[in-house]
Amino acid sequence: MGGVHFARFLAQRVIKMAVMVFAIVTANFLLVHAAPGDPASVMAGEAGAADPQFLAQLRTQFGLDQPLSTQLWLYVSNVAHGDLGMSYRQQRPVAGLIAERLSATLLLTGTAFILAILLGVTLGALAARRVGRTSDSLITVLALGLYATPLFWVGLMLVLVFSVWLDWLPSFGMNTVGANLTGFAAVLDTARYLLLPALTLGLFYMAVYARLTRAAMLEVASQDFVRTARAKGVPEGAVQRRHILRNALLPVITVAGMQLGQLIGGSILVETVFAWPGIGRLAFDALLARDYQILLGVFLVTSVMVLFFNLLTDLLYALIDPRVEVM
Amino acid sequence: MKQLLGEFVGTFLRNRGAAAGLVVLALVGLAAATADLLFPFSPWDMRGGPFMRPGEMDLLLGSDSLGRDVAAGIAYGARVSLLIGAVSTAVAVLVGITLGAVAGYAGGTVDDAIMRFTEFFQTVPSFLLAVVLVAIFSPSLGSIVAAIAIVSWPPVARVIRAEFLSLRNREFVQAAEVLGRSRTAIVFREILPNALSPIIVLASLMVASAILLESGLSFLGLGDPNMISWGFMIGAGRSVIRIAWWMSVFPGVAIFLTVLALNLVGEGLSDALNPRLARRR
Repeated sequence: MGGVHFARFLAQRVIKMAVMVFAIVTANFLLVHAAPGDPASVMAGEAGAADPQFLAQLRTQFGLDQPLSTQLWLYVSNVAHGDLGMSYRQQRPVAGLIAERLSATLLLTGTAFILAILLGVTLGALAARRVGRTSDSLITVLALGLYATPLFWVGLMLVLVFSVWLDWLPSFGMNTVGANLTGFAAVLDTARYLLLPALTLGLFYMAVYARLTRAAMLEVASQDFVRTARAKGVPEGAVQRRHILRNALLPVITVAGMQLGQLIGGSILVETVFAWPGIGRLAFDALLARDYQILLGVFLVTSVMVLFFNLLTDLLYALIDPRVEVM
Repeated sequence: MKQLLGEFVGTFLRNRGAAAGLVVLALVGLAAATADLLFPFSPWDMRGGPFMRPGEMDLLLGSDSLGRDVAAGIAYGARVSLLIGAVSTAVAVLVGITLGAVAGYAGGTVDDAIMRFTEFFQTVPSFLLAVVLVAIFSPSLGSIVAAIAIVSWPPVARVIRAEFLSLRNREFVQAAEVLGRSRTAIVFREILPNALSPIIVLASLMVASAILLESGLSFLGLGDPNMISWGFMIGAGRSVIRIAWWMSVFPGVAIFLTVLALNLVGEGLSDALNPRLARRR
């Protein structure tokens, strides 16, 4: 793809993303409005004074007496400046609360994603090589089973087996409290805590990628260039790896990139099960405290991350596969 | 017609997975229908001491931290799961068919606008959106059904739109247009019946994912507070998993079996409705 071509493609996608972000911010604004208890009365309640005059003053101060469109504009400009509102219960800005939890969630989802891709592609490739044999059907059955199992229940069952019965791995948290580890020991400690939640989150997607890889490899295997490679005398292992798998990976990567966002959304359940201190756990605690500002902040940040990863996948795809249609 | 139906049932039942799924589904339905005969008391009642192991004091699957019967909870919970799964899917299918049909038949700007709208709902993380909606409109049967329907209609709209786009220019539709039939008649009597078979398959899979969604919501404490549900039971067992594994294991097995059965039935339906595709596989 030529430079100008690519620049146009990039601009087009960025504009599309901007429109989508605006739509999400608007939806979020409407949801904030629909939430029970307007911010002024919540704040007045927290301050312990709810006389009508004070309420009216608060409403003016925060622009709540303005028409809805003005308020929307105010909200959009606040969000654009990185201001996601205040958590009135915690007396702290929502953006700050989310920022300090974000790295834990990214660590968890990133690990789960890599696990899912590696295991999924390996299993899928194995199944495709042994179509119709026992190991192929086993992998298909495994995928079918994982499709039907709730994520949080998988997590609990892993806790039951590996923490309660075998006592191999810790069941909640992110590192050993009070151990004050540093350097490699600290990394190893966190890794032990990370294993079960990452596996829980990754298993379902592993099943998805295994089925996708299997289907894509079978499709590629029937094409002419594969027959040519075999006719040339390329060893079977190399045909599988270099000719079939490499071409089959493209659709897998695309779907995987699109699903990275859903993975982040699913982390709310996994973080709840394992008390993992990320934004999912933050959302769950906000849910219990009926702190809608935080809940909606997490929703907004997660949606924007999804959009960002979708854009990244689009670009990667366009770079890898020059046949991709630009207009 | 009768022969066609017989052929359909035959193909469906020849798929052993689908037949097994149908049996499991029938059993779950039976448990839901006869819950108050099998367990003639409220699932919230105290039936024994707290944390009784399965089998103790006639409690087949043990009791929870408040002495409630886990087996009774599962039977009554089946009602919630099936009800929410079915109703939310019905709503989502209706919304999806309407929007997809309008987009596919009208085309142009209307199509564009509807597809952007659909894209929005497909981009936003669906589980989180459902959580936010139920939390804001406070958990009840109605809000849960609405939230699940809102996050699950887009695939229906896309499929129906694609079917409409391809069927719109076929001879039988043109014939109906030449004969001067009204637009509504063409949409409802000519095109829609021909676009239904993918929707039937999709709907059975949607019931499955709606049940999973509901269990996730009630696990987080967003279930209807008046009705016991499987996800709620697992959530209640989470903090005491070290002393009472049965509290979270059995409701999870119930979800797994029901959802697996629905997925198998969906695959069977897909094979029976597209015999050409099935034979090729």
